[in-house]
Amino acid sequence: MQTKTHINLDPAFRWLTLASGLAVLLLVGSILYTLVMGAMPALKHFGFGFLTSQDWDPAFMEFGALSSVYGTLVSTAIGMLIAVPLSLVIALFLVEIAPPAVSRIVGGAIELLAAIPSIIYGMWGLFVFAPFMADYVQPWLASIAPGFALFQGPPMGIGMLSAGIILALMVLPFITSVTRDVFQMVPAVVKESAYGMGSTTWEVTRKVTIPYGIQGVVGACFLGLGRAIGETMAVTFVIGNRHEISASLFAAGNSIASTLANEFTEASDDLYLAALIELGLVLFGVTLVLQWAARWWLRRTARKLGAVR
Amino acid sequence: MDPKSNKFFRTILITLTTLILSSGPALAAATINGAGATFPYPVYAQWAWQYNKETGVKLNYQSIGSGGGIRQIKAKTVDFGASDAPLKAAELDEAGLLQFPMIMGGVVPVVNVPGIEEGALKLSGTTLANIFLGKINTWNDAAIAKENPGLALPETAITVVYRADGSGTTWIFTNYLSKVSPTWKDSIGNAKAVKWPAGVGGKGNEGVAAYVQRIKGSIGYVEYAYALQNKLAYSLLQNQAGNYIAPTSTAFQAAAANADWANAEGFYLVLTDQPGAESWPITGASFILVHKEQANAATAKEILTFFDWCYRNGASTAEKLDYVPMPEAVVSLVEKTWAEEIKSTGKPVWP
Repeated sequence: MQTKTHINLDPAFRWLTLASGLAVLLLVGSILYTLVMGAMPALKHFGFGFLTSQDWDPAFMEFGALSSVYGTLVSTAIGMLIAVPLSLVIALFLVEIAPPAVSRIVGGAIELLAAIPSIIYGMWGLFVFAPFMADYVQPWLASIAPGFALFQGPPMGIGMLSAGIILALMVLPFITSVTRDVFQMVPAVVKESAYGMGSTTWEVTRKVTIPYGIQGVVGACFLGLGRAIGETMAVTFVIGNRHEISASLFAAGNSIASTLANEFTEASDDLYLAALIELGLVLFGVTLVLQWAARWWLRRTARKLGAVR
Repeated sequence: MDPKSNKFFRTILITLTTLILSSGPALAAATINGAGATFPYPVYAQWAWQYNKETGVKLNYQSIGSGGGIRQIKAKTVDFGASDAPLKAAELDEAGLLQFPMIMGGVVPVVNVPGIEEGALKLSGTTLANIFLGKINTWNDAAIAKENPGLALPETAITVVYRADGSGTTWIFTNYLSKVSPTWKDSIGNAKAVKWPAGVGGKGNEGVAAYVQRIKGSIGYVEYAYALQNKLAYSLLQNQAGNYIAPTSTAFQAAAANADWANAEGFYLVLTDQPGAESWPITGASFILVHKEQANAATAKEILTFFDWCYRNGASTAEKLDYVPMPEAVVSLVEKTWAEEIKSTGKPVWP
C-alpha cells in the first residue's frame, strides 16, 4: 500500500493570498488610473472650478459638479439618518425581544429586501411611493411646519426627500443583518451575569449588548453608507434630475450616480465624456474621504467606549 | 486518478465536444450587427424578427443610444449605426460614412391640466418655448389664454418635465425650440442634453410620461407612441403655415413629404418646422450610418437587402407601433445613393 508523502502547501498558500491581496490593490489602482486619464481633458479645462460650479450645460460645454455632489451628500445623509436608528432598533428586536420563530421570519424578510434589485426599488418608488409622498406625506409635513425652509415648494412626490427615504429602505437590510449577527455574538454568559444582577432588558441592551457590538455596528453602517453613496437606479427614478441646489427637500435635485447613469451613453463630445468621468473621479474621492473619516472615528470611539475587542 | 472520476471527466468531455460541434451549423447563419438609438429600437426589433422568419438572417441590434451608435460604427465594431441626430456632411466624410433616414416619428407636447382634454390646448412655437424657458409660469397666463379663447384655464402653476437622460428626442425638441425662439437658441441651444431653465427630469420617455401623469399642471414632451399608449393629453401646435395641427401619422408624413431631401447633403435634414399646411412641426427621422467602403461585399449586400426589405415590407409593422415609414420618393433617393456610394473594392454593392 502506498503512503501519501506530506507536501508542504504553505508556500503555495502564502503566494496565493499575497497575489489576491495585491490583485485588489492593482484593481483599485487601475480604476483610479483610468478615471484620471479619462477625466484629463476636463481636469485641464475646468481646473478647480469644476468643484465649485453649479452649471451643467452640455449644449455650451460648461460643467460643474457642485449640484451633483450636494445631491449625493444630502440624499445619503437623509438615508443614513433614517436607516441607522431603524436598523439598530430592528436588530435589537430580533435578538432580544422576538420569539425565535418571529425572529426567523422577520430576519428572512429583511434578507429578501436586501436581494431586491435597485431598479425595482426605483420603479416602485416612481409608481407607488412618489404618489403616496405627494398625496399624504409631503402635504402633512408642509402643514406641521409652515414656512420651514426644508419643506417648501409644491408636493410633487419626487425629489430629495423621496430619494433619501428610498435609499434608507435599500440600506436598512444590510445594516440590520450585520448588526443582528453582531448582537447575536455577545456571549450569553456576559448577558446572563447582567440579568443575574437584576438588570432589565433595556439596561442589558444599553450597557452590555450595544457597547460589545459597537464596532461591528459602525462597520455595518459604513457598509450601508457605501451602498447609499453609489446607488444609481433607485435614485435616478425619484430624485427629479435637476442640476440645481435647492434648500427645500421637496425640490428636485440630482446625484453623481444619477447624472452618470442618465447622460453617459449619449455623451458624444470628448469634453462632455471627460466631465462625466471627472464626476466619477469626484465620487471616488468623496468615498475615500468618508472611509478615512470612518476609520478615524472608529479609532476614537473604540477607546472612548472601551470596546471589548 | 481512480476509475470513477476518470469516467466522469470523460463523459463531460464528450458532452462538451458534442455541444460545440452541433452548434456549428447555427453559428454559420449570417448575422448583421447594429447599435445606436433607442427611439427606433421597438420597430427595428420587430423588423429583425420578421426578417429572420422569412430569410433566416439574424439582426443583432444594441440600443445603447445615438452617441454609442455613432462611436461604434466609427470604430467599425458594428455593421451599421443608428442615430436620431443626423451627422453633418463634414463629419460623415471624415469617417467615410453614408447616412440615410430609416423611420420617422413625432415629438408631442403632453399636458396634465384639470379640464383640458387631448387636442384641446393650442400652442404656438413661441409660447411653447417660453413655457420651457420658465417665462410663463401659470396656465392662465395671458399668452396661453390669447391662443385658447373659450378654454377654461386654471391658475395652476406650470411644472415643466424634460428628459433627464441624453436623448435624440431632446435633440429634436430643442432643435424645434431653437428655430422658433431666438432666446432659446442663444441661451439654451440644441443638443441631446441641455441646461433646462425650469422643471424636473424623467428618465426616458417612460419617465417623462410617468411624471406628467402624476404632477398636476405639468407639461412634457414625449415620442408620439408614448403619448398614445399612456393616453396623455397632447396639445395642438401651430406650424410654419400658421395652422394648429394635431399630431397624427398624416401630419408627420406631410412634414417629411414637404422636406427637400434631394438637396440635403448626406441626407442631413432635420424635419422640425417644415413648410406645408398639414405638417407637424416637431417631426424627426432616425438615421442609419454605414461605411461607404465595405470590406466584405457579401456582408454589405446582406445589410442593404435587409434595409430594402424594411422599406418595402415594414410599413404596416411600423404603423402598428405608431412610427411613420419613409415616403416612396425618399426610398428611391436613398437606394439611388446606395448604388452610387457604397462600394467594395471599387465595385458597387447595390443592387
